[in-house]
Amino acid sequence: MNVVTNVDGVAGDAVIQASGLVKRYGELEAVKGIDLEVRAGEIFGFLGPNGAGKSTTISILCTLLSPTAGTARVAGIDVAYDPAGVRQRIGLVFQDPSLDDQLTGRENLEFHAFIYSVPAAVRRQRIDEMLALVQLADRASSQVKTYSGGMKRRLEIARGMLHQPQVLFLDEPTLGLDPQTRQSIWTHLNELRTTKGVTIFMTTHYMDEAEFCDRIAIIDQGKIVALGTPDELKAMVGGDVVTITSSRPDDAAREIKEILGVTPSRDNGTLRMEVPDGKAFVPRLVREVTAPVDTVSMHRPSLDDVFLKLTGRAIRDEAASAGDQNRAMARRFMAGRRR
Amino acid sequence: MKVAPVSSAAAPAQAAPADTRMATLRAIYIIWYRDLLRYWRDRWRLVASLAQPLLFLIVFGSGLSSALGRGSLFGTSGGISYIQFMYPGIIGMAILFTAIFGAMSIVWDREFGFLKEVLVAPIDRSAVAIGKALGSTTQAMIQGLILLVLAPFVGVKLSVLTVLTMIPLAAVLAFGLSSFGVALASAMKSLQGFQVVMNFLMMPMFFLSGALFPLTGLPGWMTVLTRLDPASYGIDPLRRVVLSNSGLPGAVVDRLGLTINGQVLPIPLEAGIVLVFGAVMLGIAVVMFQRRD
Repeated sequence: MNVVTNVDGVAGDAVIQASGLVKRYGELEAVKGIDLEVRAGEIFGFLGPNGAGKSTTISILCTLLSPTAGTARVAGIDVAYDPAGVRQRIGLVFQDPSLDDQLTGRENLEFHAFIYSVPAAVRRQRIDEMLALVQLADRASSQVKTYSGGMKRRLEIARGMLHQPQVLFLDEPTLGLDPQTRQSIWTHLNELRTTKGVTIFMTTHYMDEAEFCDRIAIIDQGKIVALGTPDELKAMVGGDVVTITSSRPDDAAREIKEILGVTPSRDNGTLRMEVPDGKAFVPRLVREVTAPVDTVSMHRPSLDDVFLKLTGRAIRDEAASAGDQNRAMARRFMAGRRR
Repeated sequence: MKVAPVSSAAAPAQAAPADTRMATLRAIYIIWYRDLLRYWRDRWRLVASLAQPLLFLIVFGSGLSSALGRGSLFGTSGGISYIQFMYPGIIGMAILFTAIFGAMSIVWDREFGFLKEVLVAPIDRSAVAIGKALGSTTQAMIQGLILLVLAPFVGVKLSVLTVLTMIPLAAVLAFGLSSFGVALASAMKSLQGFQVVMNFLMMPMFFLSGALFPLTGLPGWMTVLTRLDPASYGIDPLRRVVLSNSGLPGAVVDRLGLTINGQVLPIPLEAGIVLVFGAVMLGIAVVMFQRRD
């Protein structure tokens, strides 16, 4: 078994290549020029707030939308030239479930295998294999409407892999799932990568999900603002993040700047600053600043900090867009109704 | 520490665009098959959906029969009762409603996401329209032909030939209406439009089709409308076939049929009209589905 310490530098073939992708809807430019390259066997993450252009970009790569400008190649095929060829080589797991609730898990997989021309001789074997991998073998004969959200997602992952794609695209794979299920899905995805060698491309707005990717592109307002491994990106934040609250934040900020030489950013009563060595900085701050310091906290930089540094906004603070809210409401409403 | 991946499938050279014809045929089959599987699974809905035609036939039919007096077209001197007249129309009604509701399941799929799985597959999108149209056609045929067992109860004698002739006629009507339904569904983005379709399209189509009353001797404006209703050309053959060899006076049956400028249309022509209508509708649906964003 070959073991390498870092995917960086391994000459994997570029399995996804995008160059200058633009998508315009009338006046609105959802994607403003995106270049990226994903290597074979990578787990690649697209991190950004809602409305940043993640779903639009992934839709272009999956041949669901045609780009207004720019080119993209997936599995060596141009998405505009031969979309059907691309689709035969990719698997898709959407944000909203796309299963047939009235059919059983196995029947859903059989439908997919049939429509993707999986040879009859291997169909059953592959279905069994994928069911085992996502641990749904015992529930395969139940109707999907009896499945939990996590089970449905796992079934969709199994389904996406049935035709042995080169790339598996996932749009917000663990959205709306509880922590345990999220963990199990990450485990399954990793297993897929190691046992099947599939390249995984996912969009997410969860930072912990992005952490487990090999490389991440941070996207904001239709453009990539950063690209690299999670560690590389976090190194862009210069050190630790120290946060304090104060009843007199203006005075505190002034003093921190004058005495300690650091300019904090301000959010109401909270001051935030990046310092090389938080452990040494905090005692100094508490000793030397005379303005009241009510609370102090410190953390290692997270991807949210990276985003904040690059864009001035926090990923998690972005409110859900109106469209997302409507969809979430509709989902809850429909789930309550009997079909 | 990350493990190097097992070698993945070799990327094929940039060949000509994939040949999707075989895949498209398989897709049509599996989409049709899924529709039938769901139809069979939902057997109770099947039974329940027979309630409506039965209600019309038994309650409405008897009630109206009694209300129509002795001297009317359907009085005892006429030779044919209203229920007997109505019976083939009810078969047509079952076909009409099942075909259009069945096609509407596309909108349901769109709303609940399954359609995405199909649209994303490496198949020509025409398979969605065709597969669904065929699926609805099959369901509507079954719903309509099942009602043939009621023939003895309304005093209509069925011969083997009659039943055999009914099958293709039911198929043609089912196809025409299913294709119409699929074309509508391809334009609808949500289930809200459904109410509009029901009230402004389906009910008028049903009432104007000759299912419930003869299309002769109507006021001028209505005569025109009924001749414009494609369902009329599907229901008239059903009526003529069911009633003509059933022990009822032939002359009466002819008098109650669909005529244009006094001319009785031959059944093959009527069937042809419905088929062409269906084909045109299916063509529209295919084009609608093939439009990509």
